Amino acid sequence: MSPAATSVLLAVVVTVVKGLLVIIVLLTGFAYLTLIERKVSARIQLRYGPNRVGPFGLIQPAADAVKLLFKEKVAPEGRDRFLYLLAPALAACAALFAFSAIPVNQTICIAGTHGAGPLSARCPGGYPLHWDVANINVGLLFILAITSLGVYSIFLAGWASNSKYSLLGGLRSAAQLISYEMAVSFALIGPVLLAGSLNLETVVNQQHSLWFVFLQPMGFLLYFTGALAETNRLPFDLPEAESELVAGYHTEYSGMRFGLLQMAEFVNVITVCSIATVMFLGGWMGPFFFLPNWLGPLWFGAKVGLLIFVMMWVRWTFPRLRYDRLMQFGWKVLLPLGMANVLLTSVFVALH
Amino acid sequence: MLFDYLPLLVFLVMVAALGVGLTFGIPLLGPRHPSTAKGLPYECGIVPAETARRRFSVTFYLTAMLFIVFDVEAIFLYPWAVLVRSTLHIFGLVEMTIFIALLAVALLYVWRKGALEWD
Repeated sequence: MSPAATSVLLAVVVTVVKGLLVIIVLLTGFAYLTLIERKVSARIQLRYGPNRVGPFGLIQPAADAVKLLFKEKVAPEGRDRFLYLLAPALAACAALFAFSAIPVNQTICIAGTHGAGPLSARCPGGYPLHWDVANINVGLLFILAITSLGVYSIFLAGWASNSKYSLLGGLRSAAQLISYEMAVSFALIGPVLLAGSLNLETVVNQQHSLWFVFLQPMGFLLYFTGALAETNRLPFDLPEAESELVAGYHTEYSGMRFGLLQMAEFVNVITVCSIATVMFLGGWMGPFFFLPNWLGPLWFGAKVGLLIFVMMWVRWTFPRLRYDRLMQFGWKVLLPLGMANVLLTSVFVALH
Repeated sequence: MLFDYLPLLVFLVMVAALGVGLTFGIPLLGPRHPSTAKGLPYECGIVPAETARRRFSVTFYLTAMLFIVFDVEAIFLYPWAVLVRSTLHIFGLVEMTIFIALLAVALLYVWRKGALEWD
């Protein structure tokens, strides 16, 4: 076999292994997030939460999964058959696919020496093992592009269901997601300015002395607020405000198709928290530089977990916004603040 | 260069297989007892009064159009943001300040015109 074919084959095999790992970790994370969400909610409300299936309710996600698998599928009359099925598939694909550019650890050089320079030449004579599925130089733009595909799935789900609640939920959701996406895009420009790169691994490596959250406190807050809205979390969960819209865009979904929409939501939560960790909280870096390399993914997971906990905490702390206030908050507060943050940061960077 | 993107293609195939498989495959496992009442879209338990394909507020269209303007702006900022530190320096700062100022004026105009109000 020629060297080119060998390297292609190697890349494919490595990607399949890494991809399976990512999918397994994300799906397990989703399953346990549903449990943790219920536990945290319960504790905040002085209840116990699920504690019947297994010790501390730890087997509850498995029971839920089995139930979803064997549920009858009930689909509404008058639905748009193709779009109705496309929506959950697209939601799940986009949510999982977006995670592929997020590095959870430093590139490890197998059978070679660590070098400096451009990404491709960093590991002369060895095999560079990247800790993400694809180490691409437009990583951040790629993630933003793929996560915005989620808007399609939510709107299509709402429109295709032929239900008024679904339609209203889908409409609200589409308008809300695109409005807050701008806030998120502007907030993420700050770290990009400081790091001078869109490759997420480079961004993390630029934070070795000081995490960007200390240089970009406003950017971090803007991003986190926008991320809450992007993932339809309270206090911005108008798309599925149960008191007025039943369940919003997934009212008419049942069984595993409902499960896929739910999965997309929780995987998106993991993804936005991972992006916040990478861009602002120093990714896999611990507070002390001398910690061993293999601790990286653990630190990464700890930071992501902390952010997810804050999201759940916020859920039971703030009441839901009214819809017009929500949209005005996005356009009149977050967007101008984001622009100002970009300008201030660029003055700092350009003059430095 | 293009080789860096090969993993994305492979992963996309895996993810698509998973999504399509779960959407189409798994529902075959469950029982099927369709009935007319079960198939109706949910509307608080009554028979749906009319179709859900109705007109909706014009503000949603406005939001979509404004989104295109400002999101394209944000995307323009990214390549610039990468280069400010290394090459563009003050020149890039001045140019982008003018660009952002123009869009800030646009936002102010939209704001004053009342396009951001919901009623």
